[in-house]
Amino acid sequence: MNSFLIVLKRDLKLAFRRWSELANPLLFFMIVTALFPLALSPTADELRTIGTGILWIAALLSSLLSLDSLFRADADDGSLEQLILSPAPLGIVVLAKVTAHWIASGVPLVGLVPVVALSFYLPVDALTVLVAALVLATPTISILVALGAALTVSLKSGGSVIGLLILPLCSPLLIFGTRATDLAVHGEATAGPLYLLASLAVLAVSLGPVAIGAALKVGME
Amino acid sequence: MQQPVPVLEARNIDIWRGGRCLIRGLSFSVGGGQLALVVGPNGAGKTSLLRVLAGLAPYGSGQVLWNGIAVPRLAPEQRADFVYRGHLDGLKKELTVEENLSFSAALRGQAAVFDSLLTTLNLNDVADRETRFLSAGQRRRVGLAALKLANARLWLLDEPMTNLDAAGRALVTGWVDEHLRGGGIAVVATHQPEELARPGTTLVEL
Amino acid sequence: MKLPRWFHLLGSSPYVYRLAGRLSPWLGAVGCGLIAVGVFWGLVIAPPDYLQGDASRIIYIHPQTAYVGMQAYVVLAIAAAIGFIWRLKLAHAVAVSAAPIGASFTLCALVTGSIWGAPTWGTFWEWTDPRIMFELLLLFLFLGYMALRAAFEDRDKADRVSAILGVVGVVNVPIIHYSVLWWNTLHQGPTIMKFDEPSMTTDMLIPFLLTMFGFMVFFYWLLLKRLRAEIVDREQGTRWLRELVTEGSQ
Repeated sequence: MNSFLIVLKRDLKLAFRRWSELANPLLFFMIVTALFPLALSPTADELRTIGTGILWIAALLSSLLSLDSLFRADADDGSLEQLILSPAPLGIVVLAKVTAHWIASGVPLVGLVPVVALSFYLPVDALTVLVAALVLATPTISILVALGAALTVSLKSGGSVIGLLILPLCSPLLIFGTRATDLAVHGEATAGPLYLLASLAVLAVSLGPVAIGAALKVGME
Repeated sequence: MQQPVPVLEARNIDIWRGGRCLIRGLSFSVGGGQLALVVGPNGAGKTSLLRVLAGLAPYGSGQVLWNGIAVPRLAPEQRADFVYRGHLDGLKKELTVEENLSFSAALRGQAAVFDSLLTTLNLNDVADRETRFLSAGQRRRVGLAALKLANARLWLLDEPMTNLDAAGRALVTGWVDEHLRGGGIAVVATHQPEELARPGTTLVEL
Repeated sequence: MKLPRWFHLLGSSPYVYRLAGRLSPWLGAVGCGLIAVGVFWGLVIAPPDYLQGDASRIIYIHPQTAYVGMQAYVVLAIAAAIGFIWRLKLAHAVAVSAAPIGASFTLCALVTGSIWGAPTWGTFWEWTDPRIMFELLLLFLFLGYMALRAAFEDRDKADRVSAILGVVGVVNVPIIHYSVLWWNTLHQGPTIMKFDEPSMTTDMLIPFLLTMFGFMVFFYWLLLKRLRAEIVDREQGTRWLRELVTEGSQ
């Protein structure tokens, strides 16, 4: 537990010192969501219908942008090696890093999305569910993104292949997340997909660090 | 109860890199208070060997044993015995010297007491500066501080003298001596074995 | 635990190479034979479905390719896991060989699925159909695996990193399958389960099973052939291979 907090503190410190890196994915999210109405010229009703999907896809894509900051810098300056060699269990270290990533990137996103959702004419009552769904989905996204980063950590430029790896794995999140939001927009019960998102999050957070740690060790060989 | 003498043993190991077998059938052993120097031309596999000993890289065949346990099978807590300093400094450039050292010590469960260390290493002036503003030599010395703070029995050092001036190199030599006298083990890859060699040193030539 | 001798033998490249060579022709004959018989039976002899007419005859090819595609991914994941845990290069070779074959089968499933869908949907592609979506995502999983491998220069690293991806993927396959299915049940309208297999009489069941088994055996035949090629590639410069080549050219 101790090592978890130590690594978490360090990574949060680093994240906020590189705050411009934090801002980029959020700006990307704003730009992508702005492009859709430009391209589609939807009416208010249409926008309300497709808005959910646009929000979730934009959120997913912008999460991919924050990939590199997870492990690449550590690999390049040798601190990843030291983390692997330290007496702290690698799974805990990984969990701490992913948590820091989630706090620094996922949480701001959760704050930003409802604002954009309002601009898409989504009813205010649906926003609580949207936030809940995002809070449940973003940890899984962070884990999957971390996995992609770990698998490609030793490559010079992992960027292009990572999307191909991670996005198919994110499809259940997309399905359940948009479904929960849509149900909320129509005022129906949303427990089902929210529970499913929660169970995916539990699965990801418990098993993910093992796979991520293994990938990091192989990458550093 | 007397602590058993630590021993690092390589038995008949093969080391591969990039699909080629660099080292075949290497065996040696170093115990408490002993030094092993790894020498050889560039590309011979000194770094690869050290990484294998640290457990970062796998070996092709044979075994690397720390106190009788195969290195890949060591429990996380048992890794506290090792410290590995490679070519990279392992410092986060956005953190200050003090923050880097505190983190390094805390992660290894050691006390983050380094004021006197900073003085010895001539780093007092830059202690609160982010390490990206330091020179290569200064970063090297911060790495040395981290080495001391790790309080480990086995030192695996890959060309520790790089980027250090004469004073720095003398310091390293002194610390290695002190470490060995205290019963620790050191395996050092170096281009200048004369600086560190002493009677009883195992020479591993690649 | 003392492992049986055959376990060690299965880790030896020359042994597996020769074994694969001996098994191959049999698998090929059985596989192609079963497919030929099954397809002929299904396309010509078996009765057309009373609902879907002749279009339903795709049932002798489409579900088989889909099933074999999924099986290929499972084979890939198991082989990759074995290779990763026990450091068996040969297991990695199996995983590498299974990937393109599995991808091709999945592609066939998509194509035959479209062919089936065309008369039913009116178009050759229906985005809201769960099986098409699942097959598409499975195809991406295969392609992702192959793309990740291709990005690494060091073959060992490529093996081990893609093994992790393979195992993570196989855990995700049931999740994706379930979620896509669930997603589809939400959509009312003409897209619901147009793929309901017509209830099968024995006339149809026999060719169905023949082709199912045939395609499976066919897959393993292709797998062994590819595995042999992969072994030769990995074992370049070894003595047993050189001897094999020289004695073959005599």
